[in-house]
Parts: sequence; C-alpha cells; structure tokens
Amino acid sequence: MMRLELVKRPQRSMLFSALSPFIAFGLTIIAGAILFALLGVNPLTAFEIYFIEPISQVWQLHELAIKAAPLILIAVGLSVCYKANIWNIGAEGQFILGGIFGSIIPVLFPGFEGPLVLPLMLLFGMVGGAFYAAIPALLKTRFGTNEILTSLMLVYVAQLFLDWLVRGPWRDPQGHGFPQTIQFNDSAVLPELMPDAGRANWGFVFALVAAVLIWVLMSRLLKGFEVRVLGSSPRAGRFAGFGLSRMVFFAFLLSGALAGLAGISEVSGAIGQLQPVISPGYGFTAIIVAFLGRLNPLGIVAAGLVLALTYLGGEAVQSALGISDKVARVFQGMLLFFVLGCDTLIHYRIRLVGMALAKGAAKLDAAPKLKEAR
Amino acid sequence: MDITVNILLTIATAATPLLIAAIGELVVERSGVLNLGVEGMMIMGAVGGFGAGYLTGSPWIGLLAAIAMGAVFSLLFAVMTLSLATNQVATGLSLTLLGLGLSGMMGTSFVGQPGERLPNLYIPVLTDIPVVGRLLFGQDPIFYISIALTAAVMWFLFKTRTGLTLRSIGDSHTSAHALGIKVIRYRYLAVIFGGACAGLAGGHLSLVYTPQWVENMTAGRGWIALALVVFASWRPWRVLAGAYIFGAVWIGQLHAQAFGIPVPSQLLSSLPYLATVVVLVLISRNKRLTMMNTPASLGQPFVPDR
Amino acid sequence: MSADHDGANLLEVRGLTKIFGTLTACDHIDLNIAKGEIHALLGENGAGKSTLVKMLFGSLEPNSGDIFWNGEAVRITSPGMAKKLGIGMVFQHFSLFEALTAAENIALSLDDGSPISSIAAKARALSFSYGLPLDPDSLVGDLSVGERQRIEIIRCLLQTPQLIILDEPTSVLTPQEADKLFETLERLRSEGKSILYISHRLEEVKRICDRATVLRHGKVVGHCNPREETASSLARMMVGNEVKAVVRAPAEGIETAQPLLEIRALSRKPATPFSIPLKNINLNVRAGEVIGIAGVAGNGQGELFESVSGEVLQQDAASVRIRGKDAGALSITGRRLMGAAFVPEERLGHGAAPRMKLSENLLLSRHATDGKVFVGAGGAVKSGAVYAAAQRIIVAMDVRKSAPDPEAAALSGGNLQKFIVGRELDRSPAVMVVNQPTWGVDAGAAAHIRQALIELARSGSAVLVISQDLDELFEISDAIAVMHNGELSKPLPIAEATFEKIGLLMGGAEPGHAEHTLETA
Repeated sequence: MMRLELVKRPQRSMLFSALSPFIAFGLTIIAGAILFALLGVNPLTAFEIYFIEPISQVWQLHELAIKAAPLILIAVGLSVCYKANIWNIGAEGQFILGGIFGSIIPVLFPGFEGPLVLPLMLLFGMVGGAFYAAIPALLKTRFGTNEILTSLMLVYVAQLFLDWLVRGPWRDPQGHGFPQTIQFNDSAVLPELMPDAGRANWGFVFALVAAVLIWVLMSRLLKGFEVRVLGSSPRAGRFAGFGLSRMVFFAFLLSGALAGLAGISEVSGAIGQLQPVISPGYGFTAIIVAFLGRLNPLGIVAAGLVLALTYLGGEAVQSALGISDKVARVFQGMLLFFVLGCDTLIHYRIRLVGMALAKGAAKLDAAPKLKEAR
Repeated sequence: MDITVNILLTIATAATPLLIAAIGELVVERSGVLNLGVEGMMIMGAVGGFGAGYLTGSPWIGLLAAIAMGAVFSLLFAVMTLSLATNQVATGLSLTLLGLGLSGMMGTSFVGQPGERLPNLYIPVLTDIPVVGRLLFGQDPIFYISIALTAAVMWFLFKTRTGLTLRSIGDSHTSAHALGIKVIRYRYLAVIFGGACAGLAGGHLSLVYTPQWVENMTAGRGWIALALVVFASWRPWRVLAGAYIFGAVWIGQLHAQAFGIPVPSQLLSSLPYLATVVVLVLISRNKRLTMMNTPASLGQPFVPDR
Repeated sequence: MSADHDGANLLEVRGLTKIFGTLTACDHIDLNIAKGEIHALLGENGAGKSTLVKMLFGSLEPNSGDIFWNGEAVRITSPGMAKKLGIGMVFQHFSLFEALTAAENIALSLDDGSPISSIAAKARALSFSYGLPLDPDSLVGDLSVGERQRIEIIRCLLQTPQLIILDEPTSVLTPQEADKLFETLERLRSEGKSILYISHRLEEVKRICDRATVLRHGKVVGHCNPREETASSLARMMVGNEVKAVVRAPAEGIETAQPLLEIRALSRKPATPFSIPLKNINLNVRAGEVIGIAGVAGNGQGELFESVSGEVLQQDAASVRIRGKDAGALSITGRRLMGAAFVPEERLGHGAAPRMKLSENLLLSRHATDGKVFVGAGGAVKSGAVYAAAQRIIVAMDVRKSAPDPEAAALSGGNLQKFIVGRELDRSPAVMVVNQPTWGVDAGAAAHIRQALIELARSGSAVLVISQDLDELFEISDAIAVMHNGELSKPLPIAEATFEKIGLLMGGAEPGHAEHTLETA
C-alpha cells in the first residue's frame, strides 16, 4: 500500500510554475487517447481531427478567434476575482445580461443608426454585466451571503429571462414564430477584422486589449497589489488599510463588465440577433481558461486559444467520427483537473511512501512548518 | 382529498433527491471539506443509474450503479483535494464541469429511450388505508432510504464517538491531527459517502422522478442541495425541512404552469433559483447562527506535517 | 523531592535527528528522563525543543536515532502509540476544539468507548482532586486561556501517563496561576510520574526542575542541575554568548510632555460570539515614554489593538486621539497618516503576507504614508524605490535571510519580526503601538527590538507595548497597566510595580477600577 505525502517547498518552484500547464496538457492528451480508444477510435486519427484539422486553414483560425474572444474576455475578469479569493462563478449569467442590455438599442430602436450605435451597445453590455454581477457582490457585502451559490443561481435566472424575452416581448414579429429578435441593422454589427480572410471580429481585439490592461493592473499598479494581498491574506490586507467590501465590488463589477462586453460582442459580432441560447457555456469554460492560464492575463490568452480549439475539435469529431461533441466538455474538465493537480507541484514536492516503512527516506525537501492554528 | 395526497406525494418525490444530496454534503462539510461538485456527482449518478437500469432491465441494479457512480466520481475529488491539497472550490467546480460533460457523452445513446421506473412500495392493506396509506406505505423505495438516511446521519453525528471525531476534524484539523486522529482518512470516507449520496440522488431523478435520461437533467439541484446545507446551518433535521420547502416550491411552480396562471412560465421556472438566493440571504443575515455553526476548518486545505 | 537519578530511566533518547530541508532542527539529541523527576528542556525559540517533543509524541517522524522506553527500543509512529506507551502531552498551542464541550474534547483523546457522561464525571472528579476546577459541559470557545490549559492537563492525566510533556505551560498564565501549576506538578512527581518541562523561563526552571537539558541550534549543549546554576549561567548555555542587556535610559521630563496617544472611554461590543468586549478604557501615552500593557492572553488585548490601530472604527471619534486630534472615526490608513504606526501580534497573515516578498510587505503598511515615494502616477508601484527601502530596513535591523528579497514565510520568526518592526521604525512614527513585540523571537533579536523601541520613545515618540511577557514589560516600560476581561487598570509607574502586584491585577484582583482619575477631558 502506497500513500502520497506532500512536502512543502521553502519557496515556490519557478520551474513547475512554468511547466505545470504543459504537464497538464500532456496528461490530458494521454487521458484523451485512452478515452478515444475506449470509444473505439484510433487516438491518432481522432487527435488529428480534433486538434490539427480545425486550425489548418486561415478561415478556421478566424473561427478559433471567434470562440477564443469571449473565453479570454471573461477569464481575465475572473482571474482578478479569483486572485482576490472572490468566487464569481456566474459569468455565464453576466454574459447573457450583457448580451441583453447591449441589444436594447438595436432591438427597441432599430431605426437608430450611425457610428454611435456600436460604442453605446458595448457600453450598455458592460453595464448590464456589471449590474448583474453587482447583485451577488451586494448580497455578500451586506449580508455575508456566499457568492458562489448566489452568482450561480443567477445564471439560471438569466437564462430563463433571455428565453422569456426572445419568446415574448422582443420576438421578431416577422420571424415566423421563431424565438429570436430581429436581425441587427448594419451599424449594430461588430465589424469583421479582415472580411476577406474570415469571420473574426473586433471582439478578439477587445480580448487582447483587456488581457494587456488587466496584466498591467495586476503586476504594476497598487490596485493589483491590493487584489493580491486581500486574496492571499485578508487580515494583512485589512492591516494595510484595504477594504474587503470595496474589493468585492471592484472584482465583481470588473469581471461582470468584461463578461457583459463578451456577451454583447458575441451577440453583435458572431450571431447578429438575440436567440434563446447565446452561449455554449462560455462563462463556465472561462473558469477553466482562467485556471489553465494560471490566473495570469497573458497566460489566459494562450489558454483561451487552447480551449477554443477544444470547442472546434468537439464539433469536428462529431461530424467526422460521430462522437458526441460533449467530448469537448470532457476534455475541458480533464484539463482543469490536471492543471489543479499539477499546481500542487509548485508549492509541494510529492513523495510516495509505503504505509509500513516510512523511515529512512533519504533526503527531504521542506522547510517552514505549517502554521499551527491557535 | 386525492389531489392533496397527490400533491404531497409529488412534493416528496421532488424533495427526496435534494434531501439525499444535501445530507451527503452535510457530512462532507461537517468534516471540514467543501465539495462543490454535487451537481456533477448527481448527474453522473443519474446517467449511471439510468444506463445500468436500461441495459440490464433492472432499475434496482440501476440504483446500485447510481450510488457506485457517485462514489467513484467523488473519489476523484478526494484524491485531488485531500492527497494533493488542491483548492477545494476550484476542484469542486471542475468536478461539476467534468460531470456535466462526461454524463452528456455517456448518455448520448440513452436520449429518448424509455426507462424502467423503480416501483412504488405496495403493502396490501396498509397501502390501501385512505389518505395516509399511500403517503406512508406507498412511495418509492428511495423516499424511505432518504428518511432513514437523515435519521442515521443525525444519530451518527451526535450520538456516536466516530461522529464526534468527524465533527472535531471539521472544527480544527490541526488539533485533531495533534491528537493522532487520521484526518485525511476520515475526510476520504466522508467525501465518498457524500458522493454516494449525490449519486443516489441523481439515480432518483433518472429512475423515479422522470424515468428517462435527459442531458443536464439535474438542472441545478446539486447547487440547491449545497445551499440547503448552509440554510440548515449544518443540522440534518433542518436539511429535511429545507428540502421539503424546496420540493414544494418546485412542485408549486410546475402546477402553476400547468394551471396556466397568467405569469410567464420562465418566471415560475426561475422561482426555485430565486428562492435559493432569498433563503441564503435570510440565513446569512443571522451572523451569530452562521458563525457558531459553520465548521471552522471548512474549505481549508490540510497537509499533515511529518 | 527525590528524583531517582540512579534508577532505570523511563525514557532514553539516543542520537535523535530531524531534518527539514536544509535545516537540521534536531541534531543527534541525547536525553534521559528518570522516573519521578521533573526534567527541564531549555532552549531559545528555534532551538529545536518543539520539534524534539513532537517526535517523542509521535507527531513528527525522526530521520534517525533511537528512543528507549523503560529500556526497550520503541518507534513512536503516532500520537496514539505515544498515549499507549504512557506519554501525555500538554500543547503550547492548545489542541482543543472550540465548538465542542470540555468533556467532548477530553473524550476525543481517550481511546475507550465509554459514554461522554461518564467521561465528564471522571474529569470532574479528577479536576477536583488536583484543585483544577473545570466544568465539563462548558463550550471550549467560551473559556479563558487558563481554563483551556486545565482541560489539556486533565485530558492528559485521564490517560494515566507515566511521562507528561508540558510545552511552555506558563506562558499563558498569571504568576499566581503558575504557582498553582507548580504545586500540581510537584504532586504528580510525588506520585512517581515523570515530567518533561519545556521552557525558556529560567527562574521557574530553577525553582521546580530536578535536571535540565539545554538545546542550542538543534544540538544538546549541556546537562545540568538547574538548582546549582544561576539564571545568567543558564542563559549563557542557552544563547551561547552573553545577551546584551537592554539599556533603558531614564526618561526625563515625561510628566510634563504632551500625550501623543490618548484613549478615552473606549468601549466595544464583542465582534464574534467568542470575543471580549472592551469596557471604558482610558490611557494616555506621552511623548518620550513606553507604556506596557500586561495581561493573560485573550483578555481583550487583540480587540484593543484593533480599535487603536483603526482596523475597527469607533462610534465616538474622540475615543482615540493621535497627536491631539480625534482619530476614532479614521481608518488605519488615516491614523498612519497622522503619524501612528502599528505592529500586530500575528506576524504571518496579519503583519505580513506570508507568500509575498519582503519588499511587497514593506508596501503593505507604507503605501499611503510614503505614497509619493513608492507610488507614481496612475497608481503605478515604483518597485525600485520599494526594493531599496526594504534593503535599507534589512540592513538597519540586521535581518538575516537566504535571498535578496525572500518571501516573508521563508524568514525565521525573529528575523521577520525585526523586519516588521523595522518597517515601522523606518518612518520614525510619533506614536507606535506594538502587540507582543517579541513573541516567539530568539533572545538576540528580542533584545534588538526592545532596545529599538526604547530609543524610539526617548527620541520623542509615544510607545505602547502590549505583551504577555512580564519580564519584557519590566525591562522596557516606564509604566505598566494591566488588561483583564476587557478592562484596563491604571498604569503603575515602573518604580512601584512588582511582579506580584501586576500578577494580581492580571488575575482580576481589582475589578472595576472605579477610582480612575486619568480622564482629562
């Protein structure tokens, strides 16, 4: 009988900090190979269809950017929350509300056209997402209500609200009864970056800009320092004079606004109207993106592209091999598991010990004893 | 009269999976571990239970498979958080995400297939007693399991030495470790018990509540179960009460939709989720109650110092 | 009183070694404990005492070495096994469960399956026979530190151990409570039990211990009979060289000096079910003086610190005044900007963020007061300036470290405390409030910190020191006030203060202090 034993490292390991996402990705590939083999598919063929073919042509790279943009936008916002030890897991709902708020102008005032429309829509989208994120923030700061559960419950409410809107008051009267709003007019559609090459729109640029800005915030500004202190030791944060309540609002509003921006970008750029379902779970997948990117905005850009590929790959294996596109979710889930597991290596060294003889393990690598609780 | 009995019976059927999942999670949290993967373990139980029942033709085998599925799936969480000391919140989330994906994939071929429902209890004479007969002696077997489980957990936590030890670990794992209590071992068992319960709750959905397989059929019940534990301030009997209140809300909105009440059906459908938020707010306003009852080491990773 | 020195040893330790990474916490330790003796284990903080006893109690695994129990080689792999052999332990940081009752706490460490009620009865009987009154049904969270220690002791005795290990037991007691504990220990010795008594307090070791083993840097540096030694010869063995005594220059003219910190009728409701309310606290600290606040842990010192520092705000703005201005409604940042500086009790997680670098930890308390120096346009942190300032403090306070800018958690307790105190001294604050300045700090660093605090006061600042360590307070204070159950006594000028007087106040001898005359308003 063997047992795992963790030995704390004196300093965080820089090596494993850098390596851990790659190890996790490698393990996911291995587990994925086993999965495909179990499904009766040659893993090599499957991987080619899953990971290579979807990005072998330029227009496909554009599709990748379309999928990656919302993931990155949401995940950089979430990374600030999670760094602050605030658990916003309702980004999916904030994404939807962003989509709804941003659609107010093109749906209710379809005659309003011009260069002002788009900026206003984007602004409304951010306000919508931030507003929806403010609810769990308010409940947490006012009543101490657990934000994990409230933010998540609000996702269901948002989905039902959108469903009601597009089937009810906002339904396109000329839509033959389909549950959808009118098609947005041209000035309400997010332009494509290179219309000749593919469909990718400005949403991807927003994502990259947001990532860079959040990176500056977190690594260069006092506010970022505040986020990190409050997240890693709240009591030290209070001693520093940083307010936890203010931080809860800051993190929720920021991540909500970014999720809202992602929502309206998706609606206005990729879809062009509101439908009952506007997200294939971007808000949840972004959680994986945030962790896979090690909560670092620049890492998140890379992670967002990888996870976008799992979506495309899922669609590809479904059409080519007849495997459920849920395989994408499985890949995403496994990836997150392996990332979390590998992150242990950054702070700990893992020893395997026999249950019976634990003695004589030659060299230990550990230092500070765990702080004793009172 | 018959309508009342029918409504009570459906409420019990809606409350049972919430109760079982929440009771399991209560034991987990009493040991100081926060497993946010209830939704994922539940959906795995649902697909495993339905699949086994469908393939073997026996809903009883399905029931066992649901329990086993939940337990095995929770083991993944246990290895990660207990042996590798990963962040419990993130790991629980990923368990849910993985469960939703995996169940969808496993269940592709079950979609639209008719399932076998676990038969209700029927005891001649007793079940035929008017009104109370069907309530007391005519329900599905998992209903009885859920009530027995609640009583057993109450007895275990507050009347046995092992239960005391489990609670002590939830209060302070450092103290427990210093006294030589096997913190990690207890927590493993608690997490697996919670997983088995979540699996059973999922099995109830696909074998009793709506005997078929539908993707995402848990519809947030795992999260509501988590909220119930907080609402109940970690007391089993309050979980029981809370589960039945939520069962009533759930059934109430369904009946309201069926009666064609002039309110958007989406609003009615969102009532259970809104009720969860309201209930959480109400309970968290009582700071003293929450503070006195929350297991002090809840969610804290523990790495024994050797 | 006759320790059986020639008889068989109850416990023998040969060459016990424990290595943490590059640090050898215990290096080939030899130790013999005879039946019926009180054996002292002496050493500074960080000398390896706690590591050694954790190995004896099975909580830590030695890398090498042997343990003999009644002459037989044993491997103690778990606390359960230690208990079976007959080793009991009273922890320094109690291993109790706050949400459970005393009886449940006791039951958890007994391996028999007897019902809680019978355990409660046994505990009650035993506690009476030893004169350590205890209510088995009370919730541990509601008990004082002294009462908690009683539970630990009763729990240990109920296991009928032959060897009892006590880790720094008097650090949480008043002098009078400590006397009571010594009576209990002497009675246990007369019953033939052995006691391993861990302390760094030399007077009490001289008083009750039959033999002593002295540790320094993880090695045994000597065995002795403490009764034949003087306190200073023991100190030399522990520290390895002479500890520079703290020099306290006479304070001149403080009677007429301005009060820089005024606390007026400060009251506070308990914030959590287990915390202490503050009741009408009044105190002035004048320019040039050090005022000490003594008291047993858990009598409201933490609550007082939070209120004075501004981590918790007051209703009444005049209840805390800094340099003559009301500060009670200001946040900790506001109070810092008025010239005050604070050092909290917990180093890791309160005074410093464990996983952040020292330079970042400098920014923690100085981002507002030195805003122009450390923070540039648009809120950008000037990391170069912060780094330089951190290095300046490291040099000034002689902080020893393994990397140029290590994480706070990588430093030893003493070195981190020097950095945290130095971080505040570097600003030359007009008011300095320190909670437990040298808790768990080695003698050299402690002397350094104490001297620095005195010098800060003599340069014209007001210094308020909250401490459980009476020796420390007598060494540095110009007057000592005592905190008990949320109330603060009138400060006693150092010339009038004695251990006995302060000890009585710590035990709550003068409740009420109705005769307070300090209110100047």
